[in-house]
Amino acid sequence: MSSVTPRPFLEVKDLTVRFETDDGIVQAVTESNFSLEAGKTLGIVGESGSGKSVTSLALLGLHRTRSNAKVSGQIWLDDQELVTASDQDVRALRGGKMSMIFQDPLSAMHPYYTVGAQIVEAYRVHNPKVSKKAARERAIDMLARVGIPQPSRRFNDYAHQFSGGMRQRAMIAMALVNDPKLLIADEPTTALDVTVQAQILDLIRDLQQEFHSAVIMITHDLGVVAELADDVLVMYGGKIIERGAAVDLFQRPQHPYTWGLLGSMPRLDREVRDRLTPVKGSPPSLINLPSGCAFHPRCPYAGRNGDRSFTDTPVLTGGAHAVACHLPAEERAKIFKEEVAPNL
Amino acid sequence: MLAYLIRRLINAVLTLLVVSLVTFGIFFMVPKITGSDPALLYIGKTSDAASIEGIRVKMGLNDPVLVQYGKFLKGLVAGRDYVSGPEVTHCDAPCLGYSFKTEQEVTPLLMSVLPVTLSLALGAAILWLIIGVSTGVISALRRGSLLDRTVMSAALFGVSMPIYFTGLIASAIFVYQLGWLPQGQYVPFLESPSEWFTQLLLPWITLAFLFAATYARLTRANMLETLGEDYIRTARAKGLPERVVIGKHALRSGLTAIVTVFGLDLGALLGGAVLTEKVFNLRGLGYQALQAIQGNDLPVILGVTMIAAGFIVIANLVVDLVYGLIDPRVRLA
Repeated sequence: MSSVTPRPFLEVKDLTVRFETDDGIVQAVTESNFSLEAGKTLGIVGESGSGKSVTSLALLGLHRTRSNAKVSGQIWLDDQELVTASDQDVRALRGGKMSMIFQDPLSAMHPYYTVGAQIVEAYRVHNPKVSKKAARERAIDMLARVGIPQPSRRFNDYAHQFSGGMRQRAMIAMALVNDPKLLIADEPTTALDVTVQAQILDLIRDLQQEFHSAVIMITHDLGVVAELADDVLVMYGGKIIERGAAVDLFQRPQHPYTWGLLGSMPRLDREVRDRLTPVKGSPPSLINLPSGCAFHPRCPYAGRNGDRSFTDTPVLTGGAHAVACHLPAEERAKIFKEEVAPNL
Repeated sequence: MLAYLIRRLINAVLTLLVVSLVTFGIFFMVPKITGSDPALLYIGKTSDAASIEGIRVKMGLNDPVLVQYGKFLKGLVAGRDYVSGPEVTHCDAPCLGYSFKTEQEVTPLLMSVLPVTLSLALGAAILWLIIGVSTGVISALRRGSLLDRTVMSAALFGVSMPIYFTGLIASAIFVYQLGWLPQGQYVPFLESPSEWFTQLLLPWITLAFLFAATYARLTRANMLETLGEDYIRTARAKGLPERVVIGKHALRSGLTAIVTVFGLDLGALLGGAVLTEKVFNLRGLGYQALQAIQGNDLPVILGVTMIAAGFIVIANLVVDLVYGLIDPRVRLA
């Protein structure tokens, strides 16, 4: 491979994360490959324990403080490799060039420090020469930009004095205070009620356009992905099982698991039919992954192609819209057209 | 914060009032139950009926209980006069009455032994706080390491050993065998700071060992819990150096539980460390309490109880205030 084409802004190659625990090795992420350009949004979708949060924490190098975590592969951010980089180098990027918004802003903010102080701290750790006064002005400015009323007064409030939506806005202000080029949002709207969810998503989209940053949106909510993402990864059992442009993925989903996810999503643009169809069964244990295709115990089509689903691990293939499934493409297209699409 | 402070203060005063009521109740009830006459305890069995009656009047033992309690309270805050015919004995506030045994005023008696207990408790507290918290934090950060396991085993050992055992062993080794430290005898700080220090060193270490063990385990558990919190992950995600993550974000929350326990332990210890004082022959409040119990010297017992309760209440008050300073959520509650 030559490096004639420039490297994407973010490129992840064969990322594998495992944790050694007393119960055995937890294979949290297995050989993940994806990339993301500046100004674009990547959605990572999957159930709890599918490896989406672990992937994002690996990007930030947050597994480094856990002695039982083993991360391998490559993470290229703006032509800098992060897996092998020094702790010092990764720390300098964390909160600076790349930052993260967490799921539950109440527990993600320190209860004993004011919201303002926490934003100031985030700013000054990457801009040590800035005076306290200037940092304070910057923090208030950020609070104003994420739509917090009376920002100079709210600066001195604690997280518990904010409402849920305001708290997430403050969290976003903190994540954006250093103009990150990569913003990772880990289920940023899960803890919020629906109207506030929409506001927060709008805010993230507006700020992304303003800062031209790359955004990774981690969620189990396909509605959020449909709204924001340019590209989508579907993860299952620590592996990417489908990857493609959001439009393709929603119009021509390839993997039976993705079909299942779409089938279990409530939609307002369709007639109200019977019940939603859940994906049967429960997520696999990451310590004892099922043999062959990890999805086979829950896959309605597992036996259709001989024993391969039970013995061989499917490989992610197919270029721009890739899928890891043993079913031949023609057969999948037929099943989707005849059995799945009419029920979506 | 001011409203919080006032609420806490009122609370403290009310608690002390309740404590005084209960202890006074016991003081009043015990002679009734044991069938002894407080007046007799004051002047001895040989006295004639007239002088016994005189004591009753002087001490107010003939008054109704509530009046007696009222006089006791007045004595505490304003001092009181014991009138016996033309003779008036004044007892300055806070008046805790007279010892049955020595006929000394209880307050000055206890005040004279208080420095011993204060020196012992404060010195030991500083030691165990430093040792316990630092080993606890290091253990938490090096969880599962050899160091962690060694410290935690030592802590378990420390918690399991009673003070009279470790105290005697330590004395046997350092005082009698090696001769490094002098044989126990309290020397006031103002008389000779260096002797005060060397005399108290062994009691401090022995007492601190016991408490440091508990504190190390408590700190470790709290730190581990805090390190798993989401806001610690946020602190790391902001790119803060590990020393700030641990030293600022984790420690502040990890130590809140320690503040509570420390306040109560210190408060309790200030009321007299009975075993330690006995083992090391330190004549402090605990020793005095022991003497009083053995001699059925009710006024002294009452006095020690009031002082001990006072320390606990003050410690609680300080804990509440410190808590309010550490955790902004407490102020609003």
